[in-house]
Amino acid sequence: MKPEQSTKAGWLGQSLPRVEDAALLTGRGRYMDDIATRTGTLHAAILRSPHGHAQIKAIRLDAARALPGVAAVITAEDVTALSSSLVVGVKAPITCWPIAVERVRYVGEPVAVVVASDRYVAEDALDLIEVEYEPLPVVMQPAEAVDPASFVLHDGLKGNVASDRKFVYGDPDKAFAEAAHNISVQINYPRNSCTPMETFGLVIEFDPNEESFDVLANFQGPFSILAVIARALKVPGNRLRMRTPPDSGGSFGTKQALFPYIVLMGVAARVAGAPVKWIEDRLEHLTASVSATNRMTTLSAAVDREGRVLALDWDQVEDVGAHVRAPEPATLYRMHANLTGAYDIRNLRVRNRVVLTNKTPTGLNRGFGGPQVYYALERLMQRLAVALNLDPLEVIRRNLVPAGAFPYRTASGGLLDSGNYEKGLTLAHREGGLEALRERQRDARREGRLYGIGFAAVVEPSVSNMGYITTVLTADERRKAGPKNGAQATATVSLDAVGGVSVHIASVPQGQGHRTVVAQIVADALSLKPSDIRVVTELDTAKDAWSIASGNYASRFAAAVGGAVHLAATKMKERLARSAAAQLNTTADDIKFEAGKVASSRNPENAVAFSRLAATSHWSPGIVPEDAQVIRETVFWTPPQLTPPTEGDEVNSSLCYGFIFDFCGVEIDRTTGAVTIDKYVTVHDCGRVLHPGMVDGQITGGFAQALGAALFEEYAYAPDGSFLAGTFADYLVPTAVEVPVPLILHYETPSPFTPLGAKGVGEGNCMSTPVCLANAVADALSIDAIDLPLTPAKLAAFIHEKEPARTETAQVTAGPGGGRALHGEGTAIIGLPPQDVWKLLLDVDVLASIIPGAHSVQKSGPQAFSADVTLGVGPVKGRYRANVELADLNEPKSVTLRGSASGALGFAQGNGRVELEPNEAGTRLTYRYEAQIGGKVAAVGGRLLDAAARVVIRQFFEALARRGGGARPGFFSRLFRRAK
Amino acid sequence: MKPAQFDYLRAETLSEVHKALAADPEARVIAGGQTLVPMLSMRLARPPLLIDIMRIAALKKIEDKGKFLRVGAAVRQAELLALEGLAEKQPLLAAALPWVGHAQTRNRGTVCGSVAHADPSAEIPLTLVALEGSVEVSGLRGTRRVPAAEFFTGLMTTARKNEEMIEAVWFPVRKPNTGYAFFEYGRRHGDFAIVAAAAVAEGDKVRLTIGGVADRPVARDFRERGKAALDKALNEFAWSLEARDDQHGTAVYRRELVRQIGAKVMEEARSCLN
Repeated sequence: MKPEQSTKAGWLGQSLPRVEDAALLTGRGRYMDDIATRTGTLHAAILRSPHGHAQIKAIRLDAARALPGVAAVITAEDVTALSSSLVVGVKAPITCWPIAVERVRYVGEPVAVVVASDRYVAEDALDLIEVEYEPLPVVMQPAEAVDPASFVLHDGLKGNVASDRKFVYGDPDKAFAEAAHNISVQINYPRNSCTPMETFGLVIEFDPNEESFDVLANFQGPFSILAVIARALKVPGNRLRMRTPPDSGGSFGTKQALFPYIVLMGVAARVAGAPVKWIEDRLEHLTASVSATNRMTTLSAAVDREGRVLALDWDQVEDVGAHVRAPEPATLYRMHANLTGAYDIRNLRVRNRVVLTNKTPTGLNRGFGGPQVYYALERLMQRLAVALNLDPLEVIRRNLVPAGAFPYRTASGGLLDSGNYEKGLTLAHREGGLEALRERQRDARREGRLYGIGFAAVVEPSVSNMGYITTVLTADERRKAGPKNGAQATATVSLDAVGGVSVHIASVPQGQGHRTVVAQIVADALSLKPSDIRVVTELDTAKDAWSIASGNYASRFAAAVGGAVHLAATKMKERLARSAAAQLNTTADDIKFEAGKVASSRNPENAVAFSRLAATSHWSPGIVPEDAQVIRETVFWTPPQLTPPTEGDEVNSSLCYGFIFDFCGVEIDRTTGAVTIDKYVTVHDCGRVLHPGMVDGQITGGFAQALGAALFEEYAYAPDGSFLAGTFADYLVPTAVEVPVPLILHYETPSPFTPLGAKGVGEGNCMSTPVCLANAVADALSIDAIDLPLTPAKLAAFIHEKEPARTETAQVTAGPGGGRALHGEGTAIIGLPPQDVWKLLLDVDVLASIIPGAHSVQKSGPQAFSADVTLGVGPVKGRYRANVELADLNEPKSVTLRGSASGALGFAQGNGRVELEPNEAGTRLTYRYEAQIGGKVAAVGGRLLDAAARVVIRQFFEALARRGGGARPGFFSRLFRRAK
Repeated sequence: MKPAQFDYLRAETLSEVHKALAADPEARVIAGGQTLVPMLSMRLARPPLLIDIMRIAALKKIEDKGKFLRVGAAVRQAELLALEGLAEKQPLLAAALPWVGHAQTRNRGTVCGSVAHADPSAEIPLTLVALEGSVEVSGLRGTRRVPAAEFFTGLMTTARKNEEMIEAVWFPVRKPNTGYAFFEYGRRHGDFAIVAAAAVAEGDKVRLTIGGVADRPVARDFRERGKAALDKALNEFAWSLEARDDQHGTAVYRRELVRQIGAKVMEEARSCLN
């Protein structure tokens, strides 16, 4: 980057070195966990549900409470007594607590909190808490959740649909009736999240004298959530003080979801009578922090003969997980104004349903609602081109909002502020080298290689209308609740006693470099150097200017916060000009600011140093005219274009709408199904570019995370509700090796609605890149439908030929069931007749000696046993409470064993059918089993579970065989065969 | 993610390790800690005693034993990879080691630690089985060498007894008129292999070893001639590995990779003979 050097045009537009970087690169960052805590601060750890859905029958806390060092153990009883439910954003008779109340509804839901002298002791105590669960049926997919017969998660509701709204704009019925073609896509957008390096963290203290909470948290906003927290903690807003640490290890939206923990730990601090610190660990973050929504979408288009889209019909089923947690269902409504994307489509029908499933509740995530919408819309455009045998680029071009039509009012009420979309396509085509790429595709295909080209056109909204979420309410409900609108941005510029300039903003940066850009903006306004300006971004809600719209989300910095900074500095400059006019004995319009000097334009000799002028209101207020007094200038700015939803449900959900056009070439390996990105071009119009280096950094970072969502990442769940991606070995975030460098191209159509003409830019590639890659893959494989992530195994299924059967040995019979249930079978030869083996199987003492790792076995019923066992494979060991029941007894031929086990590492349940047959050695025992394993072991060791189950079950029958004087070593293991 | 309490013994001699292991069957040796430490932090493993062997000078050696490279238990993966002339001494090892984790984990992780852990996807156990190497274990009752094929008995399970430690592994060095090839496919660089394959061609035989599919690396000798016979044999081999489904790939997918990648590495190893 260039050193600091002003140009005529000013500091903005230059890629100045980031003032943030020196500290971050030399280990001087001050992150949440680095901040010193008050003496006596206690540490919290959270016991979490291993089940996707279960009734809590009992929680036994005595042993945990008795552990030395434990100050308090908190459960739902404390939380419901000392707080109230988090506000739910839909009109439905449901609550949302930060801890499981009577029932757990997702793996990882908090069940108890231990507060102790340190985190080690707190985790020791977690191991001592015993919870009895009664598993309930799970609802895992939106398609199940919309079925009225699905098991209901929240008793207040009749089914699992929390909201169902329909919207009509224009005349879609007529358009569909008259259209030449009706093209549809069906999409299941999966679960994923942009994962930060730094996890959640907070320290909270309750002051019983003032009945107030003081919290330091790496919360990122929006600060509208503060109202939710204060209400839940039952204190007025001014008795909840929040501060944020100076640096952030990233958020990408996720740290919005920290807020339930503020409530939970607030209760814990109140009960413990001491400040409580909690730092989330990685397993907690991946399992249970937050996720983007998964969504089931059917999108249909009425299309004329030329490929022009006359109407769209959206049917979106949004899966927000186990609770409707604030600010959901915002993900579903953020794109409401731009559901027609970059296209001039006047007729629109929408059905939006919000459903509950047994997954982690969702929340903010980079792209917020965009990936889900544009995946459907741009897949549809690709399908349309294939169906009509048109060039996909031409289909996009024909449907674009025309260049002269801005500001353009969309069918659903959006006001696209500025743009020239055709210019973006032309730029991409020409400078991105599309024709050369098409040539490469032709060459590759001639050689029989699988090569595809994909396109995506995306309108990227930024600066959210704080009222858009109310579109989920009916017009009647909105009237009752009062209108919500606007997006108050704040900035404060201060002058110190020696004329230095400081700026404070409430944008809560998460690593983006706001301090650098703000210094550039103010330096331009006051004709100073950026290094003259000090910018502070940590927030203290008790002392600083902020609004509910404050925080780091909706790509609002450049457009809204940067704009407010510019306005505050300009306002200050006007006052300083009047002050200078008085001192220099001239008029304010004669004053000019230049390179740290303030002078008369007519007589440049008549001048005062900026620093001297700036300090005047401190030292000599008597010589400053009243309307020129200035020490601190705070500006609140909200754009008038952000109006509440209309009676007809039209809403301008965002202030700015940037434009992105992407294309790419990919090749798919015929053996592995792996996707290689040959070339990726992304064209951006984000209005005026304030800092080109940071803009390209945002695009590159968004691209990397989008590539992750497209090819690698999934918060995968088993059909039984178990979570399968608890570590970065299973949640695959792409690294530098997997991410190619995209070609980034820019052009600028400044926004007429923002003070600097800038628009947001940070989220766009999360919206455009996944579908661009999917379109290329669909092109390469000539397939109609494909859902993310584009895993090699999934793609290989389209490439590989039918599998050759097994020939030499007998076919293995398929096991029962499907999904992720583990199943297998085995045989053991036991040197006793069946009658004797039967007796062994039913004898408690024998079982005690052969159940692997059994510490004690008790008979708990005529045909039931319970046991304390240590089970494990290799070094992985855990202690479990196991219950075994015998059923379908057919002495001495067959018996079914049903069992379950639970412990700190998770739970297992299953059943096995054992058959005894006499043979020459004594008895041939055959068993088949089916098992499910959940909890921590499933979340961190998914790829090994099947083999682990086999080992443990084999150990049991090996022990039985040994007891009966059976199998020879080595011989035995060869007899094991696994089904499926 | 904080480990449960454990005792820590930094051993200075082998006999100290042997005695400590004999005294407590639940004690575990810690070397590079790249697998064990995360397991401790997640409390998946909670050994009462960790015995650190990294200060024992006798274990830090890579010895050229003529037909074998003997790699001591305190030798880090990066050190073996950096051994001068490794590609000459044992090309398969030189080809497979860069696939072990990442540069950062190889700087800490040990060769023998990977063997002790016996992850079914790990490259070092695969290489050891492919080359028909052996594992030297020792305890109070003395030292024994276990052939690799017998050492790995299942998922994270080995023939090492509780009171024994791995003292070294023995990799046969390159033999004349022998071809070696290695290929691995994982979803990202450094990931656990979905399928890893090593082939050793010698005379009319090719030994193919597959990792990442069964619960341990599994080898088979192929003498089949002609594509049809070889395809048939490979298909049988693929089925015999009892592949499983998980979120990264189906059993069907893994079997197809075994067939295609298996054929490819065998062909490559054969081509090295000429």
